Amino acid sequence: MTQNGVLQIVLYGVALLALVKPLGAYMARVYLGQACGLDRVFGPLERQFYRLLGAQSQREMDWKTYAVAVMAFNILGIVALFLLQCAQGHLPFNPQQVGAVRADSALNTAISFVTNTNWQNYSGETTMSYLTQMLGMTVQNFLSAATGMAVLVALIRGIAGNRVTDLGNFWVDLTRTTLYILLPLSLILALVLVSQGVVQTFSPYADAHLISPVTDPSTGRVLHDQTLALGPAASQVAIKHLGANGGGFFNANASHPFENPNPITDFLLVLAQTVIAAALTYTFGRMVGDTRQGWTILAAMLIVLSTAIFASYAFESAGNSSLQAAGVDIAASNQQAGGNLEGKEQRFGIARSALFATTTTATSCGAVDSLHDSFTPLGGLIPTLLMQLSETILGGVGSGLYGMLAFVLLAVFIAGLMVGRTPEYLGKKIESFEMKMVALIVLLMPFIVLGATALALAIPAGTDSISNPGPHGLSQVLYAFSSMGNNNGSAFAGLNANTPFYNLLGAATMFVGRFGVILPVLAIAGSLAGKHRVPPGPGTLPTHTPLFVGLLIGTLLGIGALTFFPALALGPIAEFLQVSAGG
Amino acid sequence: MNSKSQTRPLWESRLVRQALADSLRKLTPRHQARNPVMFAVYVGSLLTTGLFFQALMGAGETPTGFVLAITLGLWFTVLFANFAEAMAEGRGKAQAASLRRGRETVQAKRLSEPRRDAPFAKIPGADLRIGDVVLVEAGATIPGDGEVIDGIASVNESAITGESAPVIRESGGDRSSVTGGTVVLSDWLVIRITANPGESFLDRMIHLVEGATRQKTPNEIALAILLATLTLVFLLVCVTLLPFSIYSVTASGAGRVASITVLVALFVCLAPTTIGGLLSAIGIAGMNRLIQANIIALSGRAVEAAGDVDVLLLDKTGTITLGNRQATEFIPVSDVQPVKLADAAQLASLADETPEGRSIVILAKEQFGLRGRNLHELGATFVPFAAQTRMSGVNLPNRQIRKGAADAIAAWVREMGGLFPDAVREAVDGISRQGGTPLVVAELGKVLGVIRLKDIVKGGIRERFAELRQMGIKTIMVTGDNPLTAASIAAEAGVDDFLAEAKPEDKLRLIRELQAGGRLVAMTGDGANDAPALAQADVAVAMNSGTQAAKEAGNMVDLDSNPTKLIEIVEIGKQLLMTRGALTTFSLANDMAKYFAIIPAAFAGTYPALQALNVMALTSPRSAILSAVIFNALIIVALIPLALRGVPYLKVSAAQLLRRNVLIYGLGGLVAPFVGIKAIDLLLTVLGWV
Repeated sequence: MTQNGVLQIVLYGVALLALVKPLGAYMARVYLGQACGLDRVFGPLERQFYRLLGAQSQREMDWKTYAVAVMAFNILGIVALFLLQCAQGHLPFNPQQVGAVRADSALNTAISFVTNTNWQNYSGETTMSYLTQMLGMTVQNFLSAATGMAVLVALIRGIAGNRVTDLGNFWVDLTRTTLYILLPLSLILALVLVSQGVVQTFSPYADAHLISPVTDPSTGRVLHDQTLALGPAASQVAIKHLGANGGGFFNANASHPFENPNPITDFLLVLAQTVIAAALTYTFGRMVGDTRQGWTILAAMLIVLSTAIFASYAFESAGNSSLQAAGVDIAASNQQAGGNLEGKEQRFGIARSALFATTTTATSCGAVDSLHDSFTPLGGLIPTLLMQLSETILGGVGSGLYGMLAFVLLAVFIAGLMVGRTPEYLGKKIESFEMKMVALIVLLMPFIVLGATALALAIPAGTDSISNPGPHGLSQVLYAFSSMGNNNGSAFAGLNANTPFYNLLGAATMFVGRFGVILPVLAIAGSLAGKHRVPPGPGTLPTHTPLFVGLLIGTLLGIGALTFFPALALGPIAEFLQVSAGG
Repeated sequence: MNSKSQTRPLWESRLVRQALADSLRKLTPRHQARNPVMFAVYVGSLLTTGLFFQALMGAGETPTGFVLAITLGLWFTVLFANFAEAMAEGRGKAQAASLRRGRETVQAKRLSEPRRDAPFAKIPGADLRIGDVVLVEAGATIPGDGEVIDGIASVNESAITGESAPVIRESGGDRSSVTGGTVVLSDWLVIRITANPGESFLDRMIHLVEGATRQKTPNEIALAILLATLTLVFLLVCVTLLPFSIYSVTASGAGRVASITVLVALFVCLAPTTIGGLLSAIGIAGMNRLIQANIIALSGRAVEAAGDVDVLLLDKTGTITLGNRQATEFIPVSDVQPVKLADAAQLASLADETPEGRSIVILAKEQFGLRGRNLHELGATFVPFAAQTRMSGVNLPNRQIRKGAADAIAAWVREMGGLFPDAVREAVDGISRQGGTPLVVAELGKVLGVIRLKDIVKGGIRERFAELRQMGIKTIMVTGDNPLTAASIAAEAGVDDFLAEAKPEDKLRLIRELQAGGRLVAMTGDGANDAPALAQADVAVAMNSGTQAAKEAGNMVDLDSNPTKLIEIVEIGKQLLMTRGALTTFSLANDMAKYFAIIPAAFAGTYPALQALNVMALTSPRSAILSAVIFNALIIVALIPLALRGVPYLKVSAAQLLRRNVLIYGLGGLVAPFVGIKAIDLLLTVLGWV
């Protein structure tokens, strides 16, 4: 680890913390229906939109109606995106004349983008037309993020309400999120990105004449020209990070120079992929009338996150012990970066790559600026584990916090019993219905992640795609399903996942992983909304103390570790121990 | 308190023998299915038993001896959990049985009509039905729970309360309820039976401790859901380990696929068996602690709710203050000698048998050496208290003395043409403000002065309220006194709030208001007019001496009829929840060590480097797995005392309590199995069993 590297990480932390309160407070105003400053710009548009939807569009919804709206909207989105990919060959904005996407791949991609996963088994340059990228991917980047935030807001209203049935209106929440939060932020970020060299154009791909011709090793042909893929990238890249979507415009994602040209854009992208999720904790505190509650949750998230960042940075800086044993100098110095640089971009280095890898898996973003497959075993274990914590460390926009709140209820339940009272959170009693729903959420991850991994390892259709033998092969599959099940979308690479088996099983995993959490969360919101909000007293378990932060982290890591320890032991842990034993 | 509240020894040999037999009897699938965690262990045990027979026939996946050892370990886990439940049930039944001992053989005189002199038939007490009317005469045992409809008698209730002093039971009023098994000492009672055999309060209580009919409480259900979920999670973890293991063995070309026996052992160790096995014992033990405190709970839900109570409504009289007021001071008007006032007051009170009256006589004797005189010798006639005049007093040959409430005396004095001096009015107000009750004394149209009657706050009650405040419970005193008096007593006793000039409907309204604000309210009551409020309160403790209506409306009956018992009930309720929480935390924290024992043992064959995870340096893979299984079974037995006695409840804030319990049961739970498993492994190695 170098001073420069540590400084870059600290700078990021300071910038993130500085934005939490202003952005969080702004979002609270948006969701409370208060004036937020942009009403004059977007207000007419918003009202026009409701008029279009009809009189029903602003009526308050109970949790079931809300859930039906969420499901209907998202399933419609899947169908639309699927059809768009199939029909793109006959539609405009297709300068490269790409044809229809294979059906299993199209279904996987449609579900992937609607569920905010953005797992990509295709490479954008060769598979998707500009129209599909803009009307399909970019639109879903906005809408899937807005869906997550709307569900969160419904849950917050459930917690904050006192004996009510209504949780707000999904269409209003969706519209206001998009118009007042995601669009303005994306616009600003996209402009900054363009200023730094991220491409934004409708022109066809450019040809460049190579200064020194190269020989294609597979064909033996000498190449004099290179095709440079272009397109309207900046607009998609901005929301891909802000909405914690992560689906790259180009196959190489944020390691591609046209998506992420320099350390400044890299800094901004890392900040963008975490800032909304972090600020939502403040929004939560505001809306339940006790900002300490929001800060407590953020503290738990950031303690885990910063530990992960520095651990990952340390493992990558230490590099491969076998190289060291062989007498290779891998120490950092003024002449070399040292450590493990395999799969990392020279312009970002180890610190930025570790920071990016950790934040992209802690949030459900899943964009990458380096190859996680090339990380050291423990460096690669951290992103895997972060995803396996059900994407609650910041997590997806909205989805991270509602997932975290499910774990908060679990921690409150166990802790509440220990102080001799029926557990309650923010004045709401946690009873068997809430526990049933929390149980569903807790059960879901091992079910889909371990279940799908076991299935893939048991049949040839699964094992054929593995590129490395031994424990690393298990790591690849485990990472893939951890990523899809938790709607992260980052890929370990190395695994050939564009097969019908992985496409279909992955699609199912992503769908269940997203809506299998959203539905119980909305049910909890509905149940909590109907309860008395008991004012706190000295006998109430305080949920804003350092002790509670510790308990929450303990519960989260406990459940995550206990569930995935055996699988991790046979994957990255075995690999690490083999490498360090000189195997 | 009394003989029954002594705790019985934990390992009473008769109970242990019975429990051992019961734990075998509870091995039926039907019984096991009631507890999902233990049912999973049960199925696992059956599976390894099958594997053992397979191994016996020479087709085993692992050595026969090892499968047998694991199988035995698993069966003992199931048996120990059964044993814990059986122990708790046994203790509960023993306690309840001692309460109802001797009731079955009672002969009852069933009257053909509800009159004392009606003809009767002698039948066994067990044959009585609701509505039957029986006659019980001196020396006889009351055959069942009922209500006195005629007569008055002294009754010895020591059989249920342990209190040997007899109590008066009479028809009408608040002392009309009698309990089966108590003995009439003098006179006679005509009683209408209010419970069928097997449905009395005691019978209902006994049902509650018996596993067969025990209804799970809301919190227990929520916890059971969590435990079942965790069991499922670990089931998934262990089931998916089989393909992971197969893949790893194929990929590395080394080691052997983890055997089913090992995976079942891992599953049982990971599943929350500690709390799962002790869960019902904890619930039953909570009920037992109530019986020990001489409280009969009519639902488990109420016991649990007691832990959540945040407001206690307490009647002033009898709960906060001693039942009787006492005279503490004579305040004469300026032109009257103090001794003259004392003398008049004493004369007016000589025939007054109320505690207040007697205390006036005593005060006059203590302060002025005035002895009690014989009213007959003085030729005096006593004027008893009447609701119309609201005064009492005495008429002497040429004197008339009255004492009473200020406005009643004022009216009487004016009627006689006298004056009611302002100084007296001021003295009266002053006494009220300080929490006393003023009693004005007058003689023939002239006010002599005021007697201060004072409520005596019970010793130690202030400290108890302070403890309650620490626990986060608010106390509200309910009294018929005026607000001034009430405020003063409230301050002296240290209650948080008071409801003055309270009528029964005010109490009901207050409870509803508090509940609308999300509060859980507990109260005690005995009178028929308390019944609506008792029915409304979340935790309602009826006094056993109270009316049948009150007992029906409440969800607990206090056999000792001690209103401060509510505080103990709250503690027992909290202890119940805490014990569950602590053992859940402990159980989950244990899993970390078990992973470190079993994972390297199961997979080091495939990846030798995983041996590095064997941080406990256990002798061999087999000894490691066996040690973990044995620890897992033994910890259940080791924690039975904690489950039965409950986690100690300290009266500190929730935050402090949490810190303490997290430290003991969370951190302790993390460390304990590392030590335990290592010790068992050492022992197995020394014995040469592995």
